[in-house]
Amino acid sequence: MAQITLIEAVTMALAYEMDHDASVIVLGEDVGINGGVFRATVGLLEKFGPERVIDMPLDETTIAGVTVGMAAQGMKPVAESQFEGFMYPMLDQIASHAARLRNRTRGRMHVPAVFRAPWGGGIRAPEHHSEANEAIFTNIPGLRVVLPSSPGRAYGLLLAAIRDPDPVIFFEPKRIYRQYKEEVPDDGEALPLDMCFVLRDGSDVTLVTWGAQVKETLEAADALADSGISAEVIDVATLKPLDFDTIHESVRKTGRCVIVHEAPRTAGFGAEIAARLAEHAMYDLLAPVQRVTGYDTHIPLFRLEMKYLPSVQRIVAAAQQTLAVS
Amino acid sequence: MTIAASFEIEYLQYLDTTGKATRKDLPEFARDLDHMIDLYKTMLFLRVFDTKSIALQRTGKLGTYASCLGHEAVYIGIGSAMQEEDVFAPSYREYGTQFIRGVKPREVLLYWGGDERGSDFSGPAHDFPWTVPIGTQCLHAAGSALAFKLRKEPRVAVFCIGDGGTSKADFYGAINVAGAMQLPMVAVIVNNQWAISTPRQAQTGAKTLAQKGLAAGLESLQVDGNDLIAVRAAMDHALKRARHGHGGSVIEAITYRLSDHTTADDARRYRDDAEVKAAWEREPLLRLRTWLELAGAWDEQREEAWKVQCGQRMDEEVNAYLGTRTQPLEATFDYTYAELPIDLVEQRTAALAAESASH
Repeated sequence: MAQITLIEAVTMALAYEMDHDASVIVLGEDVGINGGVFRATVGLLEKFGPERVIDMPLDETTIAGVTVGMAAQGMKPVAESQFEGFMYPMLDQIASHAARLRNRTRGRMHVPAVFRAPWGGGIRAPEHHSEANEAIFTNIPGLRVVLPSSPGRAYGLLLAAIRDPDPVIFFEPKRIYRQYKEEVPDDGEALPLDMCFVLRDGSDVTLVTWGAQVKETLEAADALADSGISAEVIDVATLKPLDFDTIHESVRKTGRCVIVHEAPRTAGFGAEIAARLAEHAMYDLLAPVQRVTGYDTHIPLFRLEMKYLPSVQRIVAAAQQTLAVS
Repeated sequence: MTIAASFEIEYLQYLDTTGKATRKDLPEFARDLDHMIDLYKTMLFLRVFDTKSIALQRTGKLGTYASCLGHEAVYIGIGSAMQEEDVFAPSYREYGTQFIRGVKPREVLLYWGGDERGSDFSGPAHDFPWTVPIGTQCLHAAGSALAFKLRKEPRVAVFCIGDGGTSKADFYGAINVAGAMQLPMVAVIVNNQWAISTPRQAQTGAKTLAQKGLAAGLESLQVDGNDLIAVRAAMDHALKRARHGHGGSVIEAITYRLSDHTTADDARRYRDDAEVKAAWEREPLLRLRTWLELAGAWDEQREEAWKVQCGQRMDEEVNAYLGTRTQPLEATFDYTYAELPIDLVEQRTAALAAESASH
């Protein structure tokens, strides 16, 4: 069994599903001979040909709208946006059509499409290449929003996303595309699209996060352990629909919760989790919920970007603050 | 001087405003007078439908409605040329095309009457529903056409767009990708001169809207959009080319919006009565009717008899629409996803409980 990175897991899932379902099509900018700017589609053109791996004219609106049209006619397009920051022109097609064609036609038509995009900051990229705008999409009815943070979860969740009959926004945390390798069997086994993953058991505080921030959050849990604090770490992975039960169960046990995300704070997805804790877990909580997030600013250019992204230190401090209340 | 490229835009017309043929080479379909009578009758039904729909809105029995008054030749021309297996991606007033494709008048009324079931219509299941965000349907046609091309199906995707809609990125994107990939797609620009209050000349510096198609590498022409024969002939040609793998087309149909933009609009705020009056001289029904009458195929008596039949059919359609019960509250939830996620199950349960508590 091969040891692969997160981005190799994306490629492996695409290849597996294209191999098993002739209606699966990959389209985007430079996804063909170039294999994608991050190489997520490398080798697919050679294996499946130009009718299944389509280099589109350079227009995100076109890619999104054509994806809707193809999907409505029975194909399963997997559209790539080169960066999440380039998805704004796609929003009209995604929100007005991909997400609501099923509802608009009372189920007569639907859009089994996946919109993939490398997501988040921290790779010293140029302006507009580092956005984390998942909350824009989680507010849109009819979408699923997925953000895997390991090779295994990327593989299983992408398979599930392609197989799902509804549109899925699939964000890939590019900062950890090649962070580490793990064994991922190419067995076509999908993961559920509505389940959080408990990455580390703990009893004192629950750390909830997703995407590349899983790295810092796990490191924070290590640091907390050094000072005798047992932190549970949850990777939300499927933001919409949210598996709140897993989070609630953990908070019942720990009584404390820190939500970590790199997107801006106000109306970020952490706010949704905090609101649900307020609604359902008030009496389980021993301390106010803490959020460690990006600031309500645009992510700075790369000289300062690591100071914007939540650090291990900030996560540890927030966890300690929840423990200071008794 | 070296010319890198040059081009011209054909203007196609068979019938002038007085109903006289402007050229001798009438297309084959137009020589079949029974067929032409059928098409004229469909146009007349469409006008009866439109008049009745506006009346329903004015009396509080319909929501905002987008009239198609003056566009009858365009829509019937398109609908009569298409095959059932082709895909139609409309904006929101192409009822004439849709009636030919099997959509029922009661379904149009249901849509404007605030019920999603109107878009689950009796037309082909692969046809797109009405599209309100301007121009977005263009790319759905392009995507459909790409699917047909990849699957090697001899089908064509047709979209309609207004003159204002050709300013949208989605329109440019659709014709661009259709040209780049030689997709079986036909774009019909229904140039009715007005995008609500903004006139055609304020949309672009281009002399014609058709020439936008040339820039994308599509075969492009203008037709008299009030001349059913011209629209149909252009559609027949464009569909045949597309179906045989020769690529897409842009047809700019020149017509006039004789109505307000919708029933929520008052066009007197921004255009002169004189212009509208002049446009009535060019309207599509009178022209075809005169041509049929000159050929001895139609007369006042048949006109009146058909209008009575149209009225009776509309009464049935209106009664069916008005008699359609409102969907239950759960319908708000049940078509959001193939399978309801847990959050929505909970919200649905709560909404139903709140509703039954209020009874």
